Amino acid sequence: MEVRNNNNNKYDRQLRIWGDQGQLALEQANTCLLNCGPTGSEALKNLVLGGIGSCTIVDDSKVEARDLGNNFFVDWESIGLSKAKTVCNFLQELNDTVKAKFLEESPETIINVNPDFFSQFTLVIATQMKEQSLLMLDAICRKQGVMLLIARSFGLTGLIRISLKEHCVIESKPDNVIHDLRLQKPWAELKRFSDEFDTEIDDSVIHKHIPFAILLIKACEDWRKTHGDSLPSTSKEKAEFKNLLSSKRRGVDEDNYKEAILSAYRVWSSPTISSELQKILNDSAAEVNMNSPDFWVMVAALKEFIANEGEGDLPLDGTIPDMTSTTEYYVTLQKIYQEKAESHVSSMEARVREILKRIGKDPQSISKSAIKLFCKNSRNVRVYRYPSLEDEYNSCIGGELQRLLGLEENRESGNGAQVMVGGEAAEKGSPSHAMDINATFYLLLRGVDHFAAAYNRYPGIFADEQEDDAMKLKSIATTLLSKMSGGSRAVLSDDLINEICRYGASEIHTVASVIGGIASQEAIKLLTRQFTPIPGVLMYNGIDSTTTILQLTTCI
Amino acid sequence: MEVPGRWQDIDYLLLREGAMVGPGFEPCPELREALHNDLRILVIGAGGLGCELLKDLALSGFGNIDVIDMDTIDVSNLNRQFLFRMNDIGKSKAVVAAEKVMQRVKGVKVVPHYGRIEEKDDEFYRQFQIIALGLDSLEARSYINSVVCSFLEYNADGSPDITTIIPMVDGGTEGFKGHARVIIPGVTPCFYCTLGLFPPQVTYPLCTLAETPRSPAHCIEYVHLIQWGQERSGDSFDADNPEHMKWIFDEAFKRAQQFNIPGVTYSLTQGVVKNIIPAIASTNAIISAACALEALKIATMCCRSMDNYMMYMGTQGVYTHTLSHEKDAGCLVCSPGVPFEVDISISLQKFMELLMDDPRLKDKLSKPSISYQKRNLYMQAPPVLEEMTRPNLNAHLFELMDKSSGKLNVNDKKLTGVLRVSVSFRGQGDVVVDMDTAGGG
Repeated sequence: MEVRNNNNNKYDRQLRIWGDQGQLALEQANTCLLNCGPTGSEALKNLVLGGIGSCTIVDDSKVEARDLGNNFFVDWESIGLSKAKTVCNFLQELNDTVKAKFLEESPETIINVNPDFFSQFTLVIATQMKEQSLLMLDAICRKQGVMLLIARSFGLTGLIRISLKEHCVIESKPDNVIHDLRLQKPWAELKRFSDEFDTEIDDSVIHKHIPFAILLIKACEDWRKTHGDSLPSTSKEKAEFKNLLSSKRRGVDEDNYKEAILSAYRVWSSPTISSELQKILNDSAAEVNMNSPDFWVMVAALKEFIANEGEGDLPLDGTIPDMTSTTEYYVTLQKIYQEKAESHVSSMEARVREILKRIGKDPQSISKSAIKLFCKNSRNVRVYRYPSLEDEYNSCIGGELQRLLGLEENRESGNGAQVMVGGEAAEKGSPSHAMDINATFYLLLRGVDHFAAAYNRYPGIFADEQEDDAMKLKSIATTLLSKMSGGSRAVLSDDLINEICRYGASEIHTVASVIGGIASQEAIKLLTRQFTPIPGVLMYNGIDSTTTILQLTTCI
Repeated sequence: MEVPGRWQDIDYLLLREGAMVGPGFEPCPELREALHNDLRILVIGAGGLGCELLKDLALSGFGNIDVIDMDTIDVSNLNRQFLFRMNDIGKSKAVVAAEKVMQRVKGVKVVPHYGRIEEKDDEFYRQFQIIALGLDSLEARSYINSVVCSFLEYNADGSPDITTIIPMVDGGTEGFKGHARVIIPGVTPCFYCTLGLFPPQVTYPLCTLAETPRSPAHCIEYVHLIQWGQERSGDSFDADNPEHMKWIFDEAFKRAQQFNIPGVTYSLTQGVVKNIIPAIASTNAIISAACALEALKIATMCCRSMDNYMMYMGTQGVYTHTLSHEKDAGCLVCSPGVPFEVDISISLQKFMELLMDDPRLKDKLSKPSISYQKRNLYMQAPPVLEEMTRPNLNAHLFELMDKSSGKLNVNDKKLTGVLRVSVSFRGQGDVVVDMDTAGGG
């Protein structure tokens, strides 16, 4: 108990973000880091600090002088010793509740010789690895149901990519909270409460404390009576509706009326089921069977709920925004919404139990609290499916590349002229320019691996071969682009190719720290199943401090 | 001390030409030597961002780093301030951070300063070529910004004198969100130019707290702001005193029960009273590294600078927005002068009254002293100078300024740095501009 308390203090600032449940998920996670250069060490550092359950570092290299210039988790005395062991020991110092382990072995060897090794992990973070090994690793992780996170730093650029079959998020925690108040169709209890108020009342204290939700429910009723039971729809009607509210305001100190006018839009634009949610409801996975995960069982129940007692709507989440009011009115209103939300949870629970029974599972196998959480967040549940690396490499990112590079328009207009890609890189530019540069860097990082496969080394590592390497890289990357963009005749910018060769495959500490930092953040989001992950490949450009996402989740 | 090949990764950037480098970049080995031996950089704050900045700068080749922080280490720092351990709790952040970085990164010199930023004089800040900010308050940022901008001098043609510029890199985080920016005083916007970027603080009307509380935060703030003063006026409230915090929690809990309001917890009480900003290791790492990379670019020109502000949002995927904010041409802090147009007949006394009444300056001045070029026009102190300059009060400002528009320097105890005021005289503006142009040509 004492230890847990101490940890609560230690983790106070993060518990405020992901809560006890999120923390528990982190503490139960087993992670594996492949290669512990600065990118990998920095990613793991952030997870160890946050209290990840265990981590296993896999790396067969020894600490060299070069590591002292870019990795904080090695030191002078460790030169010549195992890098995995050194980094592991220094990371362990950060948090003794984490089980930190290491294996002095090359990731490639394990991938080839002992693929079952990976099955013990929740998440594998692969850093600084080449295409060929990643393809094999991805296939292994998918087969074993292990989440894969790929992170790479290369000079002043880098990338992050998530690979897994399906990631379902209940608590996506969007930045903008939408309150579902149902003001235009109050249920019986809410209607009854609203009827208790008289907006013509003399008592000025009461008048200025009627919650705006009640003012709007009443205004709505009045409007309907005089407008053939319809709601304001034209902008003229909407202005008129607000004017009616204004006319009842007795003075500028009546904040409740001000809030009602500002919230009037809630009357005519009540929250709807988003297209993302609709896609989830329509997904074939919502036709559940014996092997369906709990998430999809709840989606199936949600679908039934909407069609039946929901009358086309989602379960109410039961929260209301703050509004000027007396404590008593507000608390009563809060209770009315909460009770309705509770009744929706009960309906959902009955449906979940019924479905579980139907598909031959234990009807009690999903807890009431899980169902409650699902109901509270049903508006924002999300599903992410990532194509395999093989699909990405072979074709499915082509359309996205064309879009970012602006090649699509070119082809559609039948313009046969050559297009310069990343052309004016030497000049700073607009966001679309950043997209252009970053998409080109994606292509070039792919090209770098093809270069390495052909010449057994990275381009630009020897100063006297830098120019020669640039020419070779250009030809490789041009072929790649043409293959992925259906034979486009785009020409790649020499500036960016030279820049990649200039980097000589270096791992700059600050870039590694950015990439490792983003990787650890994504790891936390995947493990806690909170917030939403990067939906594809994230390219980071340290030259202009920009990022671009090459979207992949739409490929499936 | 140095082993060959240690800086190989950074050397690729410092020894090779590129198409996207900064102005005047000349690749050579001396760059790294200068970075290690000659350049001095100050890190302000040794907390979540500061620890990361120190590591990042040391591993970018910076050899002389100073760090200043007034705080001591608390248990709630340990989830992200990775230089600190359980047995460091209570010690100075700056001292421990400096020790740890020097221990791990051989050859780097980190000088700690355990104290407040306001305790250091101008000469202290002038020693540095770059200042990196890892702060969590608007007040501290504004303070440093005005100190650094007060060093700025402008050339006759209105361009900033580059020998007086100390570039700053600044980071800030909250949960999964953050920003990194580059401030080159006189060239890119300073804090004051873009004050509107910071969201306003949440406050509650007192009558809500006292009469119609509706949320747990209302109950907590009532006990914190009102009830404490009524029942424990003898004790001055200290948020770091556990007994004080417990009392607030207990009373807020009772009050909430009385009003039927659920949700008052100890953790929420702390959050509301101390205005706790959630913080995690990953965001601090990302933002600090982005800042440190910009510091390396400014120091060596090995790559062009970020232009000039990056927003980072990590909750829904990863979304960043890098945008070029504009300077405020009349900025009180960094512009060549706050524009002021006055009548030709105005006396110095009357002009000073106008200054004091100006809505832009009202809260910033109490007893201003005024100088023109190197001459004191009116000094509030010492008495000898006051007496000497007093006759000027009735003189025409136009005469005192040699019958031309120009820049006045205003000093005041309430100001952190000097306030530059650009005076033009009604009806005279055009003539004077012509003269200036002629003089410049």
